[in-house]
Amino acid sequence: MDTETTLTFWTWVPNIQNEVKLFTTKYPKIKVNVVNVGQGAPHYQKLRTAIQAGQGAPDVAQVEFQYINSFTLGEGNLLDLTPYAPAALKDSYPGWVWSQVNTNGGIWAIPQDTGPMGLLYRQDLLQAAGIEPPKTYDDFAAAAQTYHSKNPKSYLVNVAPSQAGQMVAYLWQAGVRPFSFDGKQTVKVDLANDQAKNVVKYWGDLVTSGVASNDTDFNDSWYQGLANGKWATLPIAAWGPVFLQGAAAKTSGKWRATDLPQWDPSKPVSSNWGGSTDAVLKLSKNPIAASQLALFINTDKESALKMANEQFLFPSMNEILEDPSFTGQESKFYGGQKVNEKFAQISKTVGSDFQWVPFMDYVYSSFNETLGKAFSNKTDAVAGLQAWQDACAKYAKDQGFTVS
Amino acid sequence: MSTAVNAAPVVSATKPRRARITPAKRRQYGAAYALVLPFFIIFVAMVIVPLVYAGYLSLYRKRLIGGTSFAGAENYIRALTDPLFLSGVGRMAIFLVLQVPFMIAFALFFALALDSGMMRLARFSRLAIFVPYAVPGVVATLMWGYLYGPDFGPFAQISNALGLGAPPFLTQTGMLFSIMNIVNWSFIGYNMIIIYAALRSLPSELYEAARVDGASEPRIAWSIKIPAVRPALLLTVIFSVIGTFQLFTEPKLMFTLAPNVIGTAWSPNLYAYNVAFVNQDANYAAALAFLLGIVIMIVSYIVQLSTQRKERGS
Repeated sequence: MDTETTLTFWTWVPNIQNEVKLFTTKYPKIKVNVVNVGQGAPHYQKLRTAIQAGQGAPDVAQVEFQYINSFTLGEGNLLDLTPYAPAALKDSYPGWVWSQVNTNGGIWAIPQDTGPMGLLYRQDLLQAAGIEPPKTYDDFAAAAQTYHSKNPKSYLVNVAPSQAGQMVAYLWQAGVRPFSFDGKQTVKVDLANDQAKNVVKYWGDLVTSGVASNDTDFNDSWYQGLANGKWATLPIAAWGPVFLQGAAAKTSGKWRATDLPQWDPSKPVSSNWGGSTDAVLKLSKNPIAASQLALFINTDKESALKMANEQFLFPSMNEILEDPSFTGQESKFYGGQKVNEKFAQISKTVGSDFQWVPFMDYVYSSFNETLGKAFSNKTDAVAGLQAWQDACAKYAKDQGFTVS
Repeated sequence: MSTAVNAAPVVSATKPRRARITPAKRRQYGAAYALVLPFFIIFVAMVIVPLVYAGYLSLYRKRLIGGTSFAGAENYIRALTDPLFLSGVGRMAIFLVLQVPFMIAFALFFALALDSGMMRLARFSRLAIFVPYAVPGVVATLMWGYLYGPDFGPFAQISNALGLGAPPFLTQTGMLFSIMNIVNWSFIGYNMIIIYAALRSLPSELYEAARVDGASEPRIAWSIKIPAVRPALLLTVIFSVIGTFQLFTEPKLMFTLAPNVIGTAWSPNLYAYNVAFVNQDANYAAALAFLLGIVIMIVSYIVQLSTQRKERGS
């Protein structure tokens, strides 16, 4: 770490230079070029192209949890960080976080931020309708009915026909483990099992009975709906609260955060939607410096706290999830509630051992044409789920995987 | 016979002439080649080479597991039986038949109206009709996307206030017409300018003669102006054929508003894009793109052929 080294780091986290600066202050001989090549899809496209070309790839790259497998595929493009990471690193994270990066005998990335699922709700709207925030899914369905009959222009919840990530989180919460990958060529695609059918039937019924809306999310119309009280609740990940403050600023003070409704209230479980890691590429000529960069910015306490408190990335490490400067923040938008504390508690209840297949791009895109389409057209959701399963299994076979 | 006799001295005359190219001439030739060279370098590097590479890619198959193997025509055969690709091409054919005549008719009407010189504010109108073309397609689609919005779009709000319910702009059936409308809005002005320019270049003696013969303005437009701008009309039709089959921006942006309606294969170009970047199958995408190119060539050729027949017939 004392030799002159220049690292390239591809990430779309805003202002990450602040954390990188802490690293370069500690290791003054190392220079880091931070490059933002785009967020999400364009980032991965460029990363794949650079890897194929064998040059121009960064030393360290941001990778979301669900895409790690797509880079460990085949000969693998990610460096196994086991020799570079402290042995006790595992204990720094909730079990489910570690199981996302430690698969098939390797540590493929250092967790950065996470997205445990909670429920944001409009306290004023629920109160006016005489509804308590529902604790179970049965209560939630009953509340959806009551709420919509009292407010014909508003809904308790939206079922987005375009949001595979959210649906996967619902399945995760219900204990469905639809995907796995053995690191070689066998994948499991098991979307249409009985548990999963129950979950999609639940949401499908809310939509077909008309008590839940089926609007596409994350577009202007949806933002306006959030700001104008079209929905009284928003099931969303831990990055949602800050996002909502921006999207629906005029509803400040009216929202609160709580747990997702439960299937079995005696054993509260949550799931995760989103979040990312920093991985080191095999192509890197400076594996030691690169792995130390990935480790430092995400596990050094000062750096990790900065990310949580200044960039509002929801932390992955226990130490930060328990830090009073993070959990103690009172949010005006949520009527002074300590929202971080709530989601930090939820993080501990996320079900572990959820895995991914190495082609989540296709799985998400196919959702829109199958299950999502069923929500959109108010047709049979279980049939839609089966179509999703069939499409994903077919794709896997066409790509040469053994599908179990 | 006479041509052969006449040709003989020309041939013999060229030989010495070629030898007599002066240094000044040579410099001029050199300059001409030097001037077109930058274009050809870029043309070869950015069009020919990628095209050849895409053709090469389309003959292979690459899988996430198992790597690359020679596939021959397999990708092409797969495309010809791929319902997603075929339905996209079919949708574009419907689009072509419904939208292009409408657009060209309006463009022609506006061009004739402007050219008639009987309009007030002709300059302003010309600009106003043309301005939408200057709006980038991305911006146009975002703007129309807002206008079409089922909750907060102005049309929806008016129709809701009248108790008619939200208009079906972004539904399965409505989407085709919603996108046609965006394309019309953008391209009527563009096509109008091409036709208008052709009209302006016609000699005015023709009209004067017609007027002397007692023809009315509509009669002049129908019998003189429209036949005279036929080449320009053909040009606009061919541009429209190519533009239609290459439709991409509009459905790509409409996707965020109605992902379940647009899906991955609303237009063949969108499908090729998704196959390459979502399914990670660049080889199949290359085959789709080549097939699409062939479809465009065939349709363009049919359009050209049919007008030539008409000309020969008349």
